[in-house]
Amino acid sequence: MSTIERTGRTIRLREPPVLLAEAAVGSQKERQGPLGKWLHFVFEDAFAGTKTWEAAESAMHQKAVQLALERAGLRETDVDVALAGDLLNQCMSSSFALRQMQIPFAGMFGACSTMALTLGMAAILTACGAAERAIASTSSHFCAAEKQFRMPLEYGGQRAPTAQWTATAAGAAVVARKGDGPRIEAVHFGTVTDYGVKDSANMGAAMAPSACRTIADFLEDLRLKPAQMDLILTGDLGAVGSDLLQNLLRRERDTEIRAVHQDCGCLLYDDTQDVHAGASGCGCSAAVLCAHILRRMREGSLRRVLFAGTGALLSGVSPLQGESIPSVTHAVLLTAQGGTV
Amino acid sequence: MRLSQKEYAGMVKSASPDSPVLLSCLKAFAAGGAICAFAQGLSVLYGTWLAEKKQADLAVTLTLIFLTAVLTAFGVFDKIAKHAGAGTFVPITGFANSIVSPAMEFSTEGRILGTGAQMFRIAGPVLVYGLSMAAVYGALYRLFVYWMGGGA
Repeated sequence: MSTIERTGRTIRLREPPVLLAEAAVGSQKERQGPLGKWLHFVFEDAFAGTKTWEAAESAMHQKAVQLALERAGLRETDVDVALAGDLLNQCMSSSFALRQMQIPFAGMFGACSTMALTLGMAAILTACGAAERAIASTSSHFCAAEKQFRMPLEYGGQRAPTAQWTATAAGAAVVARKGDGPRIEAVHFGTVTDYGVKDSANMGAAMAPSACRTIADFLEDLRLKPAQMDLILTGDLGAVGSDLLQNLLRRERDTEIRAVHQDCGCLLYDDTQDVHAGASGCGCSAAVLCAHILRRMREGSLRRVLFAGTGALLSGVSPLQGESIPSVTHAVLLTAQGGTV
Repeated sequence: MRLSQKEYAGMVKSASPDSPVLLSCLKAFAAGGAICAFAQGLSVLYGTWLAEKKQADLAVTLTLIFLTAVLTAFGVFDKIAKHAGAGTFVPITGFANSIVSPAMEFSTEGRILGTGAQMFRIAGPVLVYGLSMAAVYGALYRLFVYWMGGGA
């Protein structure tokens, strides 16, 4: 029997690869949040010792990759491929982070779903033997994202209550064919979904339909009930999107996930940090997963987690051209060592 | 069953909190009023130094632009504007901030293609359509005066 098997749209890995180690880095704002103490490294200021926001994001991304390798006890040359992506044009943060490193690089774009996308790809490449070890990583930076997608930092505008705050953070995980650690048992690549939301200050609403589709399809494919999961973790739907996701699953797919659902966008910051509907950005789900969720899985307090990274696939010009916001949600099923589907 | 776009739009509307319009209006009214009162005070002050009212008013405008630029440069303006909203956006302060903030933001791309090329990215449309409308209005005014038998 092949080690990789398709069930509907879900890819099951019969000899599941493991997460050897992971690392999450952030800035001061993330440190001040509820998960701050679990970050593996915090940068003193948002420039991270560089002169531009873009270089700062790259430096954070690189730091996350280096720390993950260190924590796994590996050298760069021990890794066969790095799968990385981010939000900046041409995935600049990822490629610039890896230009000093001796690791083959495959850039990936999944907007804010990138952590789930790269983890899924890393799992498949290692499961099929194309790589012994792979890195999955991503990053985002509030200032770089504002500059590229929105207004200058010092511009005196007002943010909508539905707007989210791009995390200044990065996360990296080392996936290996063999070893100890939480396992990736299944991967589900989402289908681009668009329910016609045009408001780019309400990304949670734009992404909720794709999260609904991926989560429901995944559970159906593997004949799982939400209650069989310890946690269904979405990427960055924020407060508005989380609410919509739970409602959509009820109305469209007759599925109730309320008891087991959490969203990284609602975990990274607290109510006093003035982030409106929550956190967003590639670094949001990457940091929450690598700093918090995987730690809990290693401790044994979480055994089975469906990590569903949500990505809004808009560009800098598409909203100006009147386009609605398509989105995609990629999911990986993580199980603590010893657990099984 | 898949919801229609219209049904989903309804769901989104009820799930999304509205902006606090009344509070925003009150804050904008207070902030905008304060700026105007401050400017009026300056006008009176400058009037004691300068002979012509026109000169004094011009000096007031320049002062507001200068103060906005300084506050923007020190990262204070956006923190005020977050609450003041239209109160800081509508007066000349908003215009000054919209030029200084991109000039700062894009300084990392150099003086020419960064600061120089980007500083009007927000104020540009205001200038283009403001000046265009001024030209149209000026022409209409001239014609009106001509028809009414005035003018030289």
